[in-house]
Amino acid sequence: MNAKKLLGFAAFLLVVFVLVPLIINATGRWGFFYTLTSVALLSVAAAGVWLTFYIGRINIGQGAYALIGGYVSAILVTQAGVSFWLTLPIAGLFCAFVSVVIGLPILRLRGVYFAMVTLVLTEVARLTALALPITSGAKGITSIPLPGELSLFGLTIIPAFGSLSNPRFGFYIMASVLMVVTYLVLWRIVNSRLGHLCRSLQQNEELSASIGVNTAYLRILAYAISSFFGGIAGAMFASIAQSIYPSSFVVADSVNFMLYCFLGGLGYVFGPMLGTFLLYFGWDLLSIAKEYQLLIYSGVMIALMLVLPNGVLSLLDKKEGGK
Amino acid sequence: MTPILQIKNITKRYGGLTAVNDVSFDVKAGEILSVIGPNGAGKSTLFKLISSFVPATSGEVLFNGTRISSLAPHKVARMGVVRTFQETTIFRSMTVRENIIVSHHLRSKASLLGFFLGTKQAKEDEAAFAASADDIVDFLGLQAIRNELASNLPQGHLRALGMAIGLATDPKVILLDEPFAGMNHDETMKMVGLVRRLRDERGVTVLLVEHDMPAVMKISDRIVCINFGQKIAEGTPKEIRENEKVIEAYLGSEDAAIGM
Repeated sequence: MNAKKLLGFAAFLLVVFVLVPLIINATGRWGFFYTLTSVALLSVAAAGVWLTFYIGRINIGQGAYALIGGYVSAILVTQAGVSFWLTLPIAGLFCAFVSVVIGLPILRLRGVYFAMVTLVLTEVARLTALALPITSGAKGITSIPLPGELSLFGLTIIPAFGSLSNPRFGFYIMASVLMVVTYLVLWRIVNSRLGHLCRSLQQNEELSASIGVNTAYLRILAYAISSFFGGIAGAMFASIAQSIYPSSFVVADSVNFMLYCFLGGLGYVFGPMLGTFLLYFGWDLLSIAKEYQLLIYSGVMIALMLVLPNGVLSLLDKKEGGK
Repeated sequence: MTPILQIKNITKRYGGLTAVNDVSFDVKAGEILSVIGPNGAGKSTLFKLISSFVPATSGEVLFNGTRISSLAPHKVARMGVVRTFQETTIFRSMTVRENIIVSHHLRSKASLLGFFLGTKQAKEDEAAFAASADDIVDFLGLQAIRNELASNLPQGHLRALGMAIGLATDPKVILLDEPFAGMNHDETMKMVGLVRRLRDERGVTVLLVEHDMPAVMKISDRIVCINFGQKIAEGTPKEIRENEKVIEAYLGSEDAAIGM
């Protein structure tokens, strides 16, 4: 990391953890914390989708893993009394495990065929949640207790959310930390050999195999990491909403995760984060257009893909190229 | 001494079509052996069989006495049998140098987790790959284009890049798929020199499939000729040139085609 990047990263942290809370506190619009928390968590799930794009697979099934993650955490917290903080990694790992089982057969598919199968996954997850007794069907799981205290060696790291005067702020910080960690991990993956190999896979799988890359293993690994991100995002969502239903994540959410990546830029690690932010707020802003909301929204999306096929972040590249 | 590569009675059928029929030959360590044959003779399929990119219907391929024909392609590469592709198969949106560096994968001692965490071993590996990539760039004379995006390269350079990618894996045997296709005389002669140096300076055994007869005659220690999926001749360039079956296979343009 060079000095310029470090500075940018520091500025980003400053904005997320100091500036935004200050502004919200000053204006008293507490609802904004909730919105930004959603954006942060959605961008964590989108980071996973982005990673599958990075190995050359179109993933429209992230909603399934968010749903599974949410249920795993909710069930463990409500029925087994496990601490939320423990269920967070468990939800991620469970999703990673499920994705390995599902990925083994379907990751052999390419292009539109893989996309089609993943599109079905979200619906399968929803129907499964409806049918299983443990998920209590359409009623879902409600009144999930807020996350308790997290302490290590008697030292309180995170106080119990119930005891906070402003749990919304707590959730915002928690989600932002998760987002920052996720993108640091993603950034590190992309800039290490693992990322280089993913890129080689994206560009030519045969050639990748011929230089000795275990392409099947690498695909599974990337997909598992992707689903891990989806799982923890879903788990945290369920905990913040204190409820989870089969319809908490539907096909439209899965499609949105993909759109976030497209909009931000598939070639940029921080693309999905920016894409999530822009699309989430863009959609809300367009609500003033009432019944034309969807029309304008889709029109703008189509236009953006025509004008900026490599995402919004490709604007930066052009500027640098012009220097 | 056992041959480095033994192809034993290998057969490939696609439905009712027999693409390769009971072909056997040996490749000795350190030789340059060409597989020739008219269009559709089964040369490319034979190559895919040897590098294990398609499974054989029957028969087997042995590398230093070990059976490799049912292994996954990356495992065959790991053992040291590496194929190159025709020119379009490269990592298009990487630079020449990135292409070569990423192809050093087989030489890495650190694990993927090690690379993720940036361990000492991983850093040593990366430095070694970069140094070796520069070495290969020099060897193939690609200095001027090392930072060029692969998708911007002309054909001749793409071919050299394909070879560079193969070399980066540190192969014992390299399988070159039509290295001279689409080249003019001068380019071909340069490439012939390069393939020779590959064997002489790097000790790589070379197996190549090629249409360009003059080049094949010039470069090969031995030649295997196949037609309709069957081996019809095997021998030195001189023997092949005088073989009646080979002449017959190329009938119609025999003299020009086999370079007499």
